[in-house]
Amino acid sequence: MRALRLHEVLPAGGESGRVILEVEDVHLSFAGVKAVDGVSFRVHTNELFAIIGPNGAGKTSIFNCISGVYRPQQGSIRFQGRDLLGVRPDRIAGLGIARTFQNIELFPQMTVLDNLMLGRHQHLNYGTLAAIARVGKASREEARNREVVEGIVEFLGLQPVRKSYVSMLPYGLQKRVELGRALAMAPQLLMLDEPVAGMNLEETEDMARFIHDIRWELGIGIILVEHEMRMVMDLADTVFALDFGRPIAVGTPSEIQNNPDVIRAYLGEEHGTAPAGGGAA
Amino acid sequence: MRLRPGLVTDYRSDAGIFKSVTQRVWFVLLIVVAVYLGGGGSLGPVKFSPDIMILLVYALFASIGALGLNIITGMGGQISLGHAFFLGLGAYTAAILGGVEQTRAGAGGVTEVVIRGYGLDMLIWLPAAGIVAALAGLIVAPVATRLRGLYLAFVTVGLVFLGEHIFREAKTLTGGAGNGRPTAEHRMLGFRFDEGGEVFGLYLSKAQKLFFLALILLLVMGLAAKNLFRSRVGRALAAIRDRDIAAEMMGIPLARYKLIAFVISSFYAGIAGALFWAVVGRLTAEGFNFLLSIKYVAMILIGGVATVSGSIMGAFFITFLPKVVEWLASLPGLADYITKDPSGMINTFQLEQILFGLFIVGFLILEPMGLYGIWIRVRNYWKGWPFSY
Repeated sequence: MRALRLHEVLPAGGESGRVILEVEDVHLSFAGVKAVDGVSFRVHTNELFAIIGPNGAGKTSIFNCISGVYRPQQGSIRFQGRDLLGVRPDRIAGLGIARTFQNIELFPQMTVLDNLMLGRHQHLNYGTLAAIARVGKASREEARNREVVEGIVEFLGLQPVRKSYVSMLPYGLQKRVELGRALAMAPQLLMLDEPVAGMNLEETEDMARFIHDIRWELGIGIILVEHEMRMVMDLADTVFALDFGRPIAVGTPSEIQNNPDVIRAYLGEEHGTAPAGGGAA
Repeated sequence: MRLRPGLVTDYRSDAGIFKSVTQRVWFVLLIVVAVYLGGGGSLGPVKFSPDIMILLVYALFASIGALGLNIITGMGGQISLGHAFFLGLGAYTAAILGGVEQTRAGAGGVTEVVIRGYGLDMLIWLPAAGIVAALAGLIVAPVATRLRGLYLAFVTVGLVFLGEHIFREAKTLTGGAGNGRPTAEHRMLGFRFDEGGEVFGLYLSKAQKLFFLALILLLVMGLAAKNLFRSRVGRALAAIRDRDIAAEMMGIPLARYKLIAFVISSFYAGIAGALFWAVVGRLTAEGFNFLLSIKYVAMILIGGVATVSGSIMGAFFITFLPKVVEWLASLPGLADYITKDPSGMINTFQLEQILFGLFIVGFLILEPMGLYGIWIRVRNYWKGWPFSY
């Protein structure tokens, strides 16, 4: 038996370098607190776009605006030419945007397989009555999508735990399952919210390898929010730095590392000359 | 080439209900035992008294109702205390369509309809009972899907009081408060379930016939629920129960799936209500009160939340509880303390209520997975026997 390659079970991002996400001048505030304050950026296919910034800079809020959990008061978010503002989160997911969460949001009382199959929800093409009868189509669709899920299980090395309940798994594996669930949605844009937070070196390296491989094989757009600077600087094509909801710099990893504003945001005024690389907040 | 036991070679069988030969054999055995016991008087030496037989019938019908509640509350996590309302709707729909009309001679020789009834076949009143309840579920769902937790529980309690009022006041349909009305007749294509008779050369009593009817219906509806649980719909419901925001971002429309759960759950309740009360024979509005809803919640709590077998175990447990209390009262040492009338220290009804409460509290604290959880532990013990690992 031959190992499945990821692009055999999941759609690729298509032509490299096409703009898929346009965020323009987005403002989001909660009762006077400006969480996101005039943020604009673009993400392309086959691009790893990293968003960095100290705690409370508004990184996760941007994710929530894109996913449709929050509705920004001003600005526009367009995905593959479609306006996302006011669209329900489940519809946005259906358009091809998948995400993971900072604090793992897996379904703890389900197995790894069921969690991944949930990612396939919108690709399982049968109705409620077919589900009850489970003849023909429903059964076929389940088997076909299970194949996709098994491809992801294999890619992430989750075979030994595929039938374990998620709540029984160690933290690092749970993070991996969550990445798998997002992948199962067959996204064109993958948003990863701190995928290596709280991980040891080995787990971090594994995760970095997975992210790198996903990009290599599928060429989809990836947005990465992360505090682990070495990983960000290694993997990212473009880094976008935020502070108190305001954009402070955008550029290649080396440009960002030497940007005085970024250094100031991370280390404070008096350390303005220290290098930012490796100094995670 | 022989495959080792428990090896599955394709995804379809891996997602099957019965994964091993052992499980299949046990299931068939269970059905055989059920048929044997149901056949009781005519098939074998084990004879149940008629009142035990009828309790078995009640338990089987209640199982269908408990399955319905388990779909919305166990699987979907939406706490519904309005189950009595949907059971009632099913029971009344069946009674109106399948019951007999009661008339009286009015002024001037005109016959007046006191209670409506169309005397239709079970093939009509049974699905209709389910559909009417499901439609009611469809109407209530948009309100209910905006709420969750305690708020939803309160709204659904309101439904029970609303229902009780309607059942009391719509006199030509329900017979009014206190009096009640006759129920639907278990009659399908000329075959009568409500009286004893020969079936395939065997004499079966009324209770035995009903038992087989109930067993077949429960098998069908249990299988349907099991299929639902292992489908995309079941997974979506469980996802909404566990983390609704994350579920939404996985592409699951929350309102739509809560609505689906409500409709299916109400359908089950309608069917269960229709069948159950058609056996009771008399339908009074007071029966569909808040306590009935609690009884069904107790069934799924004690049986096992979000499981098909748990729903059935819970329904049997609650249905047979009064019988157990009665048996306790008949024990020589206890007979003086537990009596049927208020003369003793405690009467059977009171003891039943106390036990009922104790079991709910006990299971919630000690075995949240209910009888199903106990069964799983017993099974795992014997799986490894004689080893403890």
